[in-house]
Amino acid sequence: MIRLDQLTKTYATPQGTMTAVDRVSFEVHEGETCVLLGPSGCGKTTTLRMINRLVAPTSGKVFIGGRDSDAVDPVELRRGIGYVIQQIGLFPNMTIAENIGVVPRLLGWPEARRRERADALLTLLALPPAQFAHRYPNELSGGQAQRVGVARALAVDPPVMLMDEPFAALDPVNREAIQDEFLRMQRKLRKTILFVSHDIDEAVKMADRIAIFNAGRLVQFAAPDEILAHPADAFVASFVGSDRTLKRLRLIRVRDVMTPMAGGDDAARGPTVSPDDDLRRVAALFLEHGVDDLRCVDAAGILVGRVTRAAVAARLGTEGRQ
Amino acid sequence: MSAAVLTAPRSKLPYLVLGGIALAIGAGLWASGLLADILRYRKDIVYLTRQHLVLVAVSGGAAIVSGVAIGIALSRPWMERWAEGAIQAVNMVTSIPTLGKLALMMSLLGIGPLPAIVGLWIATLLPIIRNTYEGLRAVPSHLVDAARGMGMGPAEILRRVELPNALFVMFAGIRTAMAVNVGTAPIAFLIGGGGLGELIFTGIDLQEHGMMLAGAIPTALLAVAVDFLFGQAQYWLVPRGVNPLRNS
Repeated sequence: MIRLDQLTKTYATPQGTMTAVDRVSFEVHEGETCVLLGPSGCGKTTTLRMINRLVAPTSGKVFIGGRDSDAVDPVELRRGIGYVIQQIGLFPNMTIAENIGVVPRLLGWPEARRRERADALLTLLALPPAQFAHRYPNELSGGQAQRVGVARALAVDPPVMLMDEPFAALDPVNREAIQDEFLRMQRKLRKTILFVSHDIDEAVKMADRIAIFNAGRLVQFAAPDEILAHPADAFVASFVGSDRTLKRLRLIRVRDVMTPMAGGDDAARGPTVSPDDDLRRVAALFLEHGVDDLRCVDAAGILVGRVTRAAVAARLGTEGRQ
Repeated sequence: MSAAVLTAPRSKLPYLVLGGIALAIGAGLWASGLLADILRYRKDIVYLTRQHLVLVAVSGGAAIVSGVAIGIALSRPWMERWAEGAIQAVNMVTSIPTLGKLALMMSLLGIGPLPAIVGLWIATLLPIIRNTYEGLRAVPSHLVDAARGMGMGPAEILRRVELPNALFVMFAGIRTAMAVNVGTAPIAFLIGGGGLGELIFTGIDLQEHGMMLAGAIPTALLAVAVDFLFGQAQYWLVPRGVNPLRNS
């Protein structure tokens, strides 16, 4: 869906040529979320901004849906790509409904259709239109404003979204909530998303693929579990942190490691987990209760399997290995 | 609209106070017999007020149009190299007393309404240029970034994002400028520009209080009216989301 081919950006500075992005190539498939991750100044934002040509590449190509983006007028290109930034950038002179209607208006949608679309998106993001459509951005909380920022980017239902640290300015509680909401929405909408972050936890949570950048170069491009299990080099290992095994627990569900069982043993006591829980809960229960195996029950309370410490260890030891 | 204007929250009190003062002065004038003196100049008042209004409207209108245009031009990226220098020059010209500007205009353009209008235009222009430029520069860059990223062209960004967000500051400049304009217009008489200054200065020279007030009172009323007009325009034309007067 989006393919970067040897994408490079250099700047001429008084100290000589500075390479911000150095021959970066990768491909993101339709419906996937790819997080561009790295410390500040690593080139991840410049890479993102070259995709909608806010920054002109020095060399290299970007293909979106198979089309060379050089062949498209940049203004047209951007209208077809959702764009969300950390500062949100809601226009304070416009109401919420007008903000969401910016791109539809550029594309010449009639007023009634813009209004309808704004209402639908506000409803999708749990902001009742009757209450919010006519407010101004300065009357919103940070979390509400960022939801509107996402709604605005979705206004013309673009297949591709670029998000530059969209949730970084929110407090941790709000950030978790809006991340969860966004994941739920993305499961329905299946957009192709490029998402810049400097937060490994956010990346692990949001990404199908993570692209780790260092000093303008792409150093590893893989699924989150692969990156946590097998960092490509010392830089990646230190960036993901020494607790990377703990981070992996979030990515694995109980159903992936449990031994299925049917019925029986209903009378047993002790803690249980659901097949949809992730292994963080399992590990916590192991430690808390000093046990080595747990029963898995479904929503109706029927025993469906068990998960053992050995199965968890086996999974953590092998997964991601080529 | 007029009912709404009267209920504008912040603008009511000062005008009530002014009305009260005007009433008291009016009563004083009537009691001292000055009112009759003033009204002897009724025909002159009408004629010169019209002339005065033309001076203010032409020079002020031209200044708003050209000042906003120049301010916008200076704020564009391609002007970046010269903009600061130009604003410094504007500040220098602003520091010349208005009487000096009029005198300079007279030496360049002779006497009559034209040098008066040009002099008033220059005096009015500068605060408008400065506030337009500063207002546009103060628009947060992430708003422009978001606008570009969403696919707005430069003209759309200017019209839909930059100008609305700078409008409050621009109006402040226009209001200041028009106060200078109205306050300076009587001096236009000194270089043959006509207007109510004729009654004021002649009244002073002849020590005719009635004549002087026949010019001074309409001038004062005009200043209050113009300020009220632009205050209301600022209140109602600047979008609510970026209007500090309407946010509270």
